[in-house]
Amino acid sequence: MALAVIKYYPLFRSMTVTPQGQYASRLRSRTEKGIDGVFFSLTAGFAISIGVLLLSIGLVVTINALPAIQAFGLKFLITSEWNPVSGREAYGALPMIYGTLVSAILALLIAVPLGVGTAIFLSENFIPLAFRTVLVFMVELLAAIPSVVYGLWGIFVLIPITKEIGRWLHNTLGWIPFFSTMPRGPGMLPAALVLAIMILPIITAISRDSLASLPPELRQASLGLGATRWGTIFRVLIPAAFSGIVGAVMLALGRAMGETMAVTMIIGNANQLNLSILAPANTISSLLANQFAEAKDLQVAALMYAALVLVIMTLIVNILAEYIVGQIQAKYD
Amino acid sequence: MTQQISTMTATETVIQAENVNIYYGSNLAVRNVFLDIPPRQITAFIGPSGCGKSTILRCFNRLNDLIEGFRLQGRITYHNHNLYAKDIDPVSVRRHIGMVFQKPNPFPKTIYDNVAYGPRVNNYEGNLDELVESSLRRAALWDEVKDKLGENGFSLSGGQQQRLSIARTIAVDPEVLLMDEPCSALDPIATLKIEELMKDLKEKYTIIIVTHNMQQAARVSDMTAFFNAEATAEQGGKVGYLVEFDETTKIFTQPSQEATQDYVSGRFG
Ligand SMILES: Nc1ncnc2c1ncn2[C@@H]1O[C@H](COP(=O)(O)OP(=O)(O)OP(=O)(O)O)[C@@H](O)[C@H]1O
Ligand SMILES: [Mg+2]
Repeated sequence: MALAVIKYYPLFRSMTVTPQGQYASRLRSRTEKGIDGVFFSLTAGFAISIGVLLLSIGLVVTINALPAIQAFGLKFLITSEWNPVSGREAYGALPMIYGTLVSAILALLIAVPLGVGTAIFLSENFIPLAFRTVLVFMVELLAAIPSVVYGLWGIFVLIPITKEIGRWLHNTLGWIPFFSTMPRGPGMLPAALVLAIMILPIITAISRDSLASLPPELRQASLGLGATRWGTIFRVLIPAAFSGIVGAVMLALGRAMGETMAVTMIIGNANQLNLSILAPANTISSLLANQFAEAKDLQVAALMYAALVLVIMTLIVNILAEYIVGQIQAKYD
Repeated sequence: MTQQISTMTATETVIQAENVNIYYGSNLAVRNVFLDIPPRQITAFIGPSGCGKSTILRCFNRLNDLIEGFRLQGRITYHNHNLYAKDIDPVSVRRHIGMVFQKPNPFPKTIYDNVAYGPRVNNYEGNLDELVESSLRRAALWDEVKDKLGENGFSLSGGQQQRLSIARTIAVDPEVLLMDEPCSALDPIATLKIEELMKDLKEKYTIIIVTHNMQQAARVSDMTAFFNAEATAEQGGKVGYLVEFDETTKIFTQPSQEATQDYVSGRFG
């Protein structure tokens, strides 16, 4: 029996073996290695510069806010007076913090059921594919409308409608603190509604994607066990897509808390704490947009302080989101 | 509907396909299938990849319904009831005819809840703990998972997941069990256990199994159907058809068709 001829390829330059077959060489060329190195440094540089950018923004905001931090301390967070008249200056951001949180949460309360429901509808084949594609496109188009246009639409369409609804709410349910004031037009309710519409595409698109990317076998297995279609959606598909849906909701919450233009145009910009969602209110970002141009000295510092609070609030929401999604994923994979 | 199916009289043929053509969109996937599936026996579907074995299997419990463009011509009957009649509820069909899939696909739930899922959606009234245990035992998985029933189904290996899927399906006690290559992800030991299980189950159930493993088909099945695919007039089109359906011993020793002979002896292609 003839001995088998063992073919091998050199792993080091010092090994001198003639290349086999049609391969000129199995060694990596110097240029190939060099390009690898360049790509590494380039991408590392990009990543680091984003970190630097983020830090510098935080630093600038903090430094500019320092006078206000020294003057008001943590009281800034729990007092409600906002008085820029020199000599009697007092700044407390509680109404704006409250307004930011409440408008965002109200928007979520409306947008989450609507958005997830739409996502379910669009990820199932209830209607022919052609119609679905058009609907998906329209939902995504909602995200492309500039926020100032939403603001205008809010002023001309939404406010007249919410005024009527608000009046009815106040007259019938006025004893509930949330409806205790007579609506005058701008206010928390229309602002929350506009926010809800603005975050709808985020929730719908991401939820739909995570539902649509589930393996079809999952659905078939559930149906094959005799589950109904709705049973399958609620007991298997939504739990399987849950981390994606939660991620979508958290992203939407961040967006709602930071949205400025549309809110400024319809929230009424009243720096006072009022439980009633029919009353005018304010949010931090809307406060900044309104006052920054004409502010000076301590007012600038107070606005910077408010900005810092907003940054920290969104940061907390994001960390919370990461944490929740991580928890859910740990449970499922 | 559920009542209607459960009170009907059993027939000698459990599932019957009469001149079935199956389309996906405008493509004919399978043509002219006639089959009589006998009760309490194991019927194996064999044939080259893409000849439509899974497609036919999925028609037997109407799992193709949700595939867009799916269309069926001809008749498929279950104890003489047309499965595709207007007044048949596909959900109740699937409660009688269960399915194990080619790929393991546990739900994102605990091992316990995976097995309990089917009984729960079918309003099971007995002792769920016992049912979960006996189903896992029959699927040869109990010993490996009895201490971690609360863990996620995904935490199991691929082969264990497949046995979990089998446990999940037999927990609902279907009359007919459709198995689409149930052992393709299993090691030889688990495969033998599943084959033992199938032989146990056939005292009560009717089983149809798709397999690419000739030895397996020869070992477990009583009847064997051999499918093949042929090119169609259209460019690149392929359509599956039934070549031969007979007792397994006959298919493997003296088939009437040359193609069957070539396929079972590995001289195919
Ligand atoms: N959901 C679907 N949509 C469109 N065409 C499909 C679909 N499922 C299967 N087909 C087509 O139907 C034909 C038969 O596929 P099927 O999966 O039934 O084959 P199979 O015999 O089970 O193959 P395998 O042994 O590889 O599992 C193939 O040509 C396939 O492309
Ligand atoms: Mg198949």
